Amino acid sequence: MSLLHPSIEEIRQKLNDRELSVEELVSASLARIEQVDGTVGAFLSVHAEEARKHAQALDRKLQEGGPQGLLFGLPAGVKDNLNTLGFKTTCASQFLSNHTSIYDATAVRKLKEQDYVLVGKTNMDEFAMGGSNENSSFHPVRNPWNVDYVPGGSSGGSAAAVAAGEVSFALGSDTGGSIRQPASYCGIVGLKPTYGLVSRFGLVAFASSLDQIGPLTRTVADSAYVLQAIAGHDTQDSTSLNVEIPDYRKALTGDIRGLRIAVPKEYMGEGVAPAVRDAVKNALVELEKLGAVWEEVSLPHTEYAVAAYYLLASSEASSNLARFDGVRYGVRSDRAEGLIDLYRKSRSEGFGPEVKRRIMLGTYALSSGYYDAYYLKAQKVRSLIKRDFDQVFERFDVVVGPTAPTPAFKLGEQASDPLTMYLNDILTIPVSLAGIPAISIPCGSDNGLPIGLQIIGKALDEATVLRTAHAFEQSTKYHLARPEL
Amino acid sequence: MSITAKEVEHVAKLARLELTEEEKAMYTEQLNAILKYAEKIGSLDTDGVEPTYHAVELANVLREDEVRPSLPIESVLLNAPEEEDGQIKVPAVLE
Repeated sequence: MSLLHPSIEEIRQKLNDRELSVEELVSASLARIEQVDGTVGAFLSVHAEEARKHAQALDRKLQEGGPQGLLFGLPAGVKDNLNTLGFKTTCASQFLSNHTSIYDATAVRKLKEQDYVLVGKTNMDEFAMGGSNENSSFHPVRNPWNVDYVPGGSSGGSAAAVAAGEVSFALGSDTGGSIRQPASYCGIVGLKPTYGLVSRFGLVAFASSLDQIGPLTRTVADSAYVLQAIAGHDTQDSTSLNVEIPDYRKALTGDIRGLRIAVPKEYMGEGVAPAVRDAVKNALVELEKLGAVWEEVSLPHTEYAVAAYYLLASSEASSNLARFDGVRYGVRSDRAEGLIDLYRKSRSEGFGPEVKRRIMLGTYALSSGYYDAYYLKAQKVRSLIKRDFDQVFERFDVVVGPTAPTPAFKLGEQASDPLTMYLNDILTIPVSLAGIPAISIPCGSDNGLPIGLQIIGKALDEATVLRTAHAFEQSTKYHLARPEL
Repeated sequence: MSITAKEVEHVAKLARLELTEEEKAMYTEQLNAILKYAEKIGSLDTDGVEPTYHAVELANVLREDEVRPSLPIESVLLNAPEEEDGQIKVPAVLE
């Protein structure tokens, strides 16, 4: 059977009706990986034997009529910066190439509690720094729609694995767009929840005030399923929000009559490719047909977001990545003389060029004499960006625009110019700085490459984001398209 | 503001990174381009604007100071590059 078509709901039904066993489902996933992943490169490790054993255990549970978790039997990929007990977690870095997790991230533990099956760990930009997956220390990921193109990043492996039908769903992490942008490039659904909704415990930290874990799926309903499983308060993460978690699937009514949509003119300007603008305009027509109303608004500080983000995220990264010193874990340099030299050589040999670049930028921005001009100033700009959204949300329910200014670009095309690469995130970064939820769903294509629609909501209003996305998806056919591999 | 090759060397030292001459030249050029771009935030008037350190308002989270189980020593040592007698081994700190 193919994993490319059925939704989580349909698979659950088939399992319940005994039309399908978990073992068959997991075998189909492993066979698909065997068949296409040599080309796609979405996985850094595949745990075939463990996945099969887990599947057999779940089948026994099914036979015995035991309780079934929300994600019962579903084969999934987990981004390689999330700790998975007993399996390697490398962050696609040479530095952690020998690192095995000794505990589960909370999000992973919650998936386990809902009976998912881990089939492997997905490729990514090293330490989640990048937007093309070309910064993986091991191998690049290719876009399933056209293998000459990047899948986006940094959760490129997770997005490509879902798009190529290798797994039912995947987990990713999003700091400045790392779930939404690859979802957009790969023609699938990617949700970045409100900051604090999903525990970050066990996620290898990049920029702690921005990092958030979320699902990559083929449909909006699937996204609601996975979010339901991973959301919730966790005492292990002091930034985790203690709020009641609604039933997200109940939000998928298909009814968006009277919904007030804001369309920021800054998201539809010159820097956005005409094909992307057209796709978003068509989407707005569709949303109007469904009874929503839209109006152009301004988020005036949008153009400052990328600059503020790179200062803040790099500063936090330079501090977070100080823990990688070759003492407790990771690859220790064997050329070092003395302790300080051990730190220096282990880090220099273990980190790739983009990671070093951001550590350098962050260290500089935090260093004495520059703190006020860079770090503090960027935090103030962040307040202005947040205020822009607050003001718009006084009158509107959601903000809609493109996820990325262009469809996917070719491998190698932007690799030599970090700044150009950073600007791909211009439409996802403001949302990250404001800490609010946003989803990317497919809304068209250009030359066979998918285009993503971004729907942004108020803090903790994932329900409205999902409802809007679901209504659009169900009235269009974009989510039914599949790449040929 | 621009960053000189000498400053790049200093920053690398602070960050415990060892750069080749080639890397020094590359990072000097790239960091200058990024910082030049970042300068645009300098033109914004932020007088009276409070910084946002976290997007979500959070107070300190406290708990009772009670003993909880820790990770077993064997697990913690699993990833240690070098160990001896249940401890992680490093080169001499004092010469």
